[in-house]
Amino acid sequence: MARKSKPASDAHKPARHAKAGVTNSDTSRIILGTRKGTVILERGKTGWRASHLAHAGVGVAYAAQDPRTGTFWAALEHGHWGPKLSRSKDGVNWADAPQIKYPEGTRYINGFETESGTSSNEAAAAGEMVKKPKLSKAALLKIWCLGFGAKEQPGRVFAGTMPGGLFISDDDGENFSLNMALWNHESRGGDVSTTPGMGKSFWFGGGATVNGENTPGIHSVVVDPRNPKRLLVALSCAGVLESTDDGKSWAGRNKGLLATFLPKPDVEWGHDPHYMMLSENNPEHIWQQNHCGIFNSTDGAKTWQMVSKEGQTAHFGFPIAVDAMNGKTAWVVPGIADDKRMAVGGAMCVCRTQDGGKHWEELRKGLPQENSYDVVYRHALDIRGNSLAFGSTTGNLYLSDNRGDDWKPLGQNFPPIYSVRFA
Amino acid sequence: MPKVSFARHLYRFFPALEGMEISVAARDVGEVIAELEKLSPGLAFYLIDERGQLRVHVNIFVEEELIADRQRLSDRVSPGSHVYVMQALSGG
Repeated sequence: MARKSKPASDAHKPARHAKAGVTNSDTSRIILGTRKGTVILERGKTGWRASHLAHAGVGVAYAAQDPRTGTFWAALEHGHWGPKLSRSKDGVNWADAPQIKYPEGTRYINGFETESGTSSNEAAAAGEMVKKPKLSKAALLKIWCLGFGAKEQPGRVFAGTMPGGLFISDDDGENFSLNMALWNHESRGGDVSTTPGMGKSFWFGGGATVNGENTPGIHSVVVDPRNPKRLLVALSCAGVLESTDDGKSWAGRNKGLLATFLPKPDVEWGHDPHYMMLSENNPEHIWQQNHCGIFNSTDGAKTWQMVSKEGQTAHFGFPIAVDAMNGKTAWVVPGIADDKRMAVGGAMCVCRTQDGGKHWEELRKGLPQENSYDVVYRHALDIRGNSLAFGSTTGNLYLSDNRGDDWKPLGQNFPPIYSVRFA
Repeated sequence: MPKVSFARHLYRFFPALEGMEISVAARDVGEVIAELEKLSPGLAFYLIDERGQLRVHVNIFVEEELIADRQRLSDRVSPGSHVYVMQALSGG
């Protein structure tokens, strides 16, 4: 997708010390997407420090570094100029990437609209309002997540968007294409761009509201490291879909999930996974923090089991992190159930299971245990080896280097944090 | 009479409703809400605004179908209907 003109690069000078550029390593760097820009923190001899702020003043929904190419990516949310994709080779000098755009004429069922008794004479006579699918032309509202392909796919980059699109690039972001098999999936009413479609979509908004629009959005893209043609996406709201043919076809994977916000909780579609992640070395072990609890699958998402209970600390929340080596070990950052969305008991806590969700430990060492109202969003917890980091809506960032046993703050005055990713 | 169930979040503000089996004499959703208001004064304004329109983040289902008419609440209910008053989702 060529651009006619190239916006100026966003080469803000580092806030405190100049760097020629940053390089890839293990857990020496954390990238934050925040309400006020992309923050890069580095681990030095004297500890961690924020080395650089990019995109100053601009909301950043998600920021990460591609571990294969070293390219830094940021999904921007300009207040005036719309969502934009930005990238950098060194983490310091950023410029707009070729932009993600829905193909012209792409439509989707965006809820429904009503009109007075047009579907039958009987309804018209009764003065009833008749429901029919509302068709909208797709326009990019939000780039909600970015993902990267397997090692043998060095140019593959994924973007999950609102309204519910999966964009895929195979040339390191020079061109992104909307995955039409998912876009036209039967669960969202089929192809309504070139045909009348099937008349009903089971996808609906729930994850985020942008410009007053509450559309479904893709927030999790998972690649099976053993077989990169196997992809899983999770979206709010519909649930989980899997492709085993590199995105040519998709099937729902929602058996065992519950949607307690619907009249019939065990529906096929309409689930609200908040975030989904698999264990890299046990990719049949997949986890999701869902609106309605924590769910674990040990058969590659064919079936899910709820592994949390209402009333326990670990139940509601947004993010989840899974151990790469052991598929039975996962971490969540709980909140009080969805009507409040606050830290449980005014105290920060990370919960860890090491037995597939049978038991959850409450890890609190180093975390504030009073007057805490932090919420941790779905992309704001990350794991790399034995290190975990999370950031909150109240601008607190915490790190553990021993699998969550002990925590320390890395900063407590950041803008609201939307994403935390090791690089 | 149509049976009515609520999202549990509403019990925080109307605790007397928790555990109650509620059925109301109503022929459409608007009448359901009017009857609920008689049962629990103040409840209607949690569900609809001054114009009588369903609030943006409130969903009402008749059986498993979202109601069609969020403005006038004219969706029919039958004596055997089950009406669900639920919250829409908003995320983070």
